[in-house]
Amino acid sequence: MIVLEHVSKTFTSHGQSVPAVDDVSLEVGEGELHVLIGPSGSGKTTTMRMINRLETLTSGRILIDGRDIQTMNVVELRRGIGYVIQQGGLFPHFTVADNVAVVPRLLGWTRQKRRQRAEELLALVGLPPEQFANRYPRELSGGQQQRVGVARALAVDPPIVLMDEPFGAVDPITRKQLQRELRRIQAEVRKTIVFVTHDIAEAFLLGDRIVLMAQGRIVQDGTPSDLLRNPADPFVTAFIGEDRGLRALQFTSLGEVARPAPPGALANGMVLPGTLSILEAGRELGVHGDAIGDGIWVSDDAGNPTGYLTYQQFAAVLGETLAADAESPHDELVHAIHH
Amino acid sequence: MRYIIDHPERMLELTQEHVRLVAISIVVAMVIGIPLGILITRLRWLEDSLIGITGVLYTVPSLALFAILMPYTGLGRTTVIVALVLYSLLAIVRNTVAGIDDVPAATLDAARGMGMTGSQRLLLVELPLALPVVLAGVRVATVAAVGIATVGALLGAGGLGRLIFDGISRGNTDRIVAGALGASVLALAADWTLARLGDVLRRDVRLNAR
Amino acid sequence: MFADLAQMVAYIQDNQDTFLELLTEHVQLTAVSVVIGLLIALPLAVVASRIELLAKPLTWLAAIGQTIPSIAILGLMLPFLGTGFMPALFALTIRAVLPIFLNGYVGIRSTDRAIVDAARGMGASDAQLLLMVELPLASPVLFAGIKTATVQNIGLATLAAFIGGGGLGDLILQGLGMVDPPVLLAGAVPVALLAMAAEVGLGRLQRVVVPAGLQIGTR
Repeated sequence: MIVLEHVSKTFTSHGQSVPAVDDVSLEVGEGELHVLIGPSGSGKTTTMRMINRLETLTSGRILIDGRDIQTMNVVELRRGIGYVIQQGGLFPHFTVADNVAVVPRLLGWTRQKRRQRAEELLALVGLPPEQFANRYPRELSGGQQQRVGVARALAVDPPIVLMDEPFGAVDPITRKQLQRELRRIQAEVRKTIVFVTHDIAEAFLLGDRIVLMAQGRIVQDGTPSDLLRNPADPFVTAFIGEDRGLRALQFTSLGEVARPAPPGALANGMVLPGTLSILEAGRELGVHGDAIGDGIWVSDDAGNPTGYLTYQQFAAVLGETLAADAESPHDELVHAIHH
Repeated sequence: MRYIIDHPERMLELTQEHVRLVAISIVVAMVIGIPLGILITRLRWLEDSLIGITGVLYTVPSLALFAILMPYTGLGRTTVIVALVLYSLLAIVRNTVAGIDDVPAATLDAARGMGMTGSQRLLLVELPLALPVVLAGVRVATVAAVGIATVGALLGAGGLGRLIFDGISRGNTDRIVAGALGASVLALAADWTLARLGDVLRRDVRLNAR
Repeated sequence: MFADLAQMVAYIQDNQDTFLELLTEHVQLTAVSVVIGLLIALPLAVVASRIELLAKPLTWLAAIGQTIPSIAILGLMLPFLGTGFMPALFALTIRAVLPIFLNGYVGIRSTDRAIVDAARGMGASDAQLLLMVELPLASPVLFAGIKTATVQNIGLATLAAFIGGGGLGDLILQGLGMVDPPVLLAGAVPVALLAMAAEVGLGRLQRVVVPAGLQIGTR
């Protein structure tokens, strides 16, 4: 749905050109939450801002649904893309409801329609309209303001939403709440989201795909599981840091580690969906008491058993995954830096 | 413009008169205003009324204030100086209060913890740290005073305003320009000097506060 | 003191017509100069906030212009525009432009960058950005500038008498010339009251005009 082809951006200062984004190519599928992550200066925010042309491209193309964004009217383009930033950027002189209804207002919706939509969205993001619609931003807490920001971005139901470290400025507890909320909302509305963050935990929690960037280039573009199990570069492992093992347990699915069913396997045994993470599978096993048979069957989406793991194999997978933690992340980091 | 070249001594004389008017007024305003400001920070309830009064005084247009004072203070320098002092009070008092308020609570706390008495805190901590802000107020007041003092010439207080009024009554543009230029340059010079003084003080304060 | 005030009141009563005429002239000089000043200064401020290159020289000019003594600006009208109401109005308008321009420019520039970014990102055009965001957010500072200009010009209008511009300054000049306190006060006191009324009145108006949510000190 969004395609970046060899996109670059260079800044020139004092006669020197600095590549902020260097030959980045990626594809964001419809309904995907794509995370751009990396240390500061990695070019992740600049890349995202090129999608709604808040930054100009130096070279390359960006296509949305096959259309080159350069050929589109910039104001129309932006009105069709939701935009959420870290500091919120709420208008202090508008009420919460008016803030949510800004783009509808720009598009000329009637007052009634605007009001209705604002109330719908406030309810969606967990801010009861009766309480919040007529308040002013400065009366709200940081977390509440961010929710208004998200509601505002969704006002005209844009297919694409860009989010630039939206939860960066709130405390950890609120951040967890907001992340959970976003997951819930995304499950409902299934938008195509490009999400910038520097927090690896957030990336793993929210991302369908993760693009790790450094110094303007893509280091790896893959699913959370890909980054965990097939890191393209020591930098990836170093960036993911500690708790790799635990994370791997949470983000690797049974389906990925299941073996093909052995010929003589018994028809009994637990059947678990392949989409469960190893961690969740372990919990299920723990809850259901005594082991039945030799192992577990792993089923596909339709419920057909397609794979199998003996308990021994399962234990081995657990061990292997956790053993990843035993390697010191520091060595990896040092190695990556000297690379 | 020619006037300046043709009559340098007169320009100098009038400039000196002007500087004297402004300098005396500002010094007196500081002597009254800074203690008033300090007082307000100690007795907060005074703030509204005192700032209110100095604000009102500032609002009254210069010529009007001169005119109102004149029956009581007569023609001449006194009226102008009194008026200038009253005008300058607002900026100086307000900035003194702001400057003292800006002193970080943590610093004051440390001072208290070290066993400093109230007056020691004032002299060694609050005033030095408030100095840059107070100076900014003095700067604003001074520049304004230079301008207002030109009208004072009307009351016989002398200064560069004399040239301007002379020029108007005689229809002599040269004199008007000379007076205007002189006053502007004086205002800018005062502003620049006080700004530099402020820079020096700020550097010192920052170094000493280390 | 009070004797003088009483005599002042008597004088005004005796010369009602002249007094009202002068008062009206005074208010006219002030009001018209501020309105025209606003019409000139605001667009200038918007332009300056958009074009970096112009900003520095314009603000510089404004600051320097402010240091030229008011009486001098009036005096300089003489060789070009002569005496009377119009030259005085001209001078007062120039004087009104300065504070309104400076405040307008500062107000617009100090809009929170994050808010401008969010507005741009949402698809606000330049005009919409200006009208929906920057100007409303700049309005408190802008209004303070208008207030300053008004109070300043009330004072300035007293000097207009020197170039035949009329206004209450006429009475002050008369009083000075004849050394007649009641006449002096008849000019000075109303001016002082006008200035105070403007300060307070515009302060109240500010509360009404400036969008809620922006009022500093309200919760």
